[in-house]
Amino acid sequence: MATHAYRVQRTTHASRVGLGVAILALPALITLPAWGDPASMRRLVEFIALLVLAQMWNLLAGYAGLLSIGQQAYVGLGGYALIVLADDLGVDPFLSVPLAGLIAMAIALPTAALVFRFQGGYFAVGTWAVAEVFRLLVANTGALGRGTGRTLKAVFPLARETRELVTYDIALALAVAALVGIYAFLRARFGLGLMAVRDSEAASQTLGVDVFRTKLIVYLLAAFGTGATGAVIYLNLLRISPDAAFSINWTASTIFIVVIGGIGTLEGPLVGAVVFFVLRELLADYGAWYMILLGALAVSVMLAYPQGLWGLIAERWDVHVFPVQRRLRIDDAPRP
Amino acid sequence: MGWLDTIVQGLLLGGLYALFATGLSLIFGVMRIVNLAHGDFSILAAFLAVVLVDALALHWLLALALVVPLMALLGYLLQRLVLNRLLGRGILPPILVTFGLSIIIQNALLETFSADSRRLNPGGIDTASLALGGGLAVGWFSLITLLVAVLVLTGLQLFIGRTRRGRAFRATADDQATAALMGIDDRGLYALAMALSLGIVAVAGVFLGIRTTFAFSSGPDRLLFAFEAVIIGGLGSLWGTLVGGAILGVAQTVGAKLSPGWGILTGHLVFLGVLLIRPQGLFARQRRLD
Repeated sequence: MATHAYRVQRTTHASRVGLGVAILALPALITLPAWGDPASMRRLVEFIALLVLAQMWNLLAGYAGLLSIGQQAYVGLGGYALIVLADDLGVDPFLSVPLAGLIAMAIALPTAALVFRFQGGYFAVGTWAVAEVFRLLVANTGALGRGTGRTLKAVFPLARETRELVTYDIALALAVAALVGIYAFLRARFGLGLMAVRDSEAASQTLGVDVFRTKLIVYLLAAFGTGATGAVIYLNLLRISPDAAFSINWTASTIFIVVIGGIGTLEGPLVGAVVFFVLRELLADYGAWYMILLGALAVSVMLAYPQGLWGLIAERWDVHVFPVQRRLRIDDAPRP
Repeated sequence: MGWLDTIVQGLLLGGLYALFATGLSLIFGVMRIVNLAHGDFSILAAFLAVVLVDALALHWLLALALVVPLMALLGYLLQRLVLNRLLGRGILPPILVTFGLSIIIQNALLETFSADSRRLNPGGIDTASLALGGGLAVGWFSLITLLVAVLVLTGLQLFIGRTRRGRAFRATADDQATAALMGIDDRGLYALAMALSLGIVAVAGVFLGIRTTFAFSSGPDRLLFAFEAVIIGGLGSLWGTLVGGAILGVAQTVGAKLSPGWGILTGHLVFLGVLLIRPQGLFARQRRLD
């Protein structure tokens, strides 16, 4: 019997080019404060925050099949954790960002015990209801400023330039950590199990994947990333209120970014976030029409091109900048 | 207000919540999808009624008679033109599309009607009340709402339980593939179910508009209350939604009496409590539709 020479391919041409571009772009981004203006720095922090939120939601919905409509809970909890840690407990405000992520993750554990009782569509509404519970609890707590919210005072003694510079650096570090972390995570053994769960829960269970544990880990990681992002958002904004911090609009923007860019790929949220930002700049003067247009775009993409913009690109040119799948290459000549 | 009064008001509020919940439960029962724009459609119906009552000076009942078929038609078209195209692609597309619709409807209402709160003026019926003795009085309108909810549930139960079309609903809910093999047109059935769902939620929206003020962003809360009534009552139980709605209503009025900011929060917490203790709900049935 003739056997074919084969090898398992885990990198692509595009992934090597992508790595090169990243290596070139990172120093430019790191040194941006030295040559860019403060306005573009603040805008980049906003962009990064949305990008990380989108990556986290994509990990949940695109890879673990957990369709959460309640991720605004962790944006709000992360933001409030930052204020409490920095202002009330005297923790360094910048160190508070990862700690806020940990707090969000700690709250996500008992939350998961409740919302994991739901499947599919009911999981979506259940997570939304829980996010409302957190909003109302915060809005009814005197120490958290009730409905009017609070202002981050711990950063007042710092020079404005210092604060903006460190916030930008933290945001950049968060984005790199999220992207590299998720990429490494998906390429590892765990990622293989995760994608098996997404494709068929029953089949992956029979192969020994612990479905519940896999989903729980993803939910906790997403809560950490979303909570830390919430802290970065409010380190940038300084003023927090329950209605804004726990707003469904965080999740709406996130979902539109992921759906338009391409759900279930790492490139998709990047593409989607760029589209989102360009549209936002173009339609800045048209108020609510911006969200209507984005919503219509997301619905159309879901109907006509469910794989999103990146999916179209990947399909047309077979490009994979972040290859998480393993490809079997069989060489033509059979070996004797 | 005494405690008894608070509880009676809460029970009556349950009638309204059951009206919100019925359509949601029906759609989930037949198609296994959750329409995340369910609450926003009710608010859309309430705004349409406001336009008819204010601009055309129509009686609120006439406005209701126009808005309900209009919303039913919208539901039919939504299913035929949009949601039916997503069949067989899993649960993710319909959830994301209805979520997109929810955001589109909210922002379109904001652009059209501004962020101001509105209310329907029904000409006195919203304030008339019936004295029950002992200082207890119930609003006529709350009683009418509860009566309508009971009528809608009875009608739906008779339709699903006794008619040929209702049998097709049950068959499709149990096993879509086999039902389709038996010659049931599931796509037409889904469109009919969505028409019924939006027609019923239009009634709920108009009644809400008479009972209280509403704004462009009131939809998601309605969806959550409807969802909670369904879960408390037990998935698949039509009459359970009435009990679920009543429990949610009492939780909200009692909570609000204890502390003004705690009304809706208490409702949510009771829902989470039921979920923790009895996740299948109080009246869960094996069959999804009954």
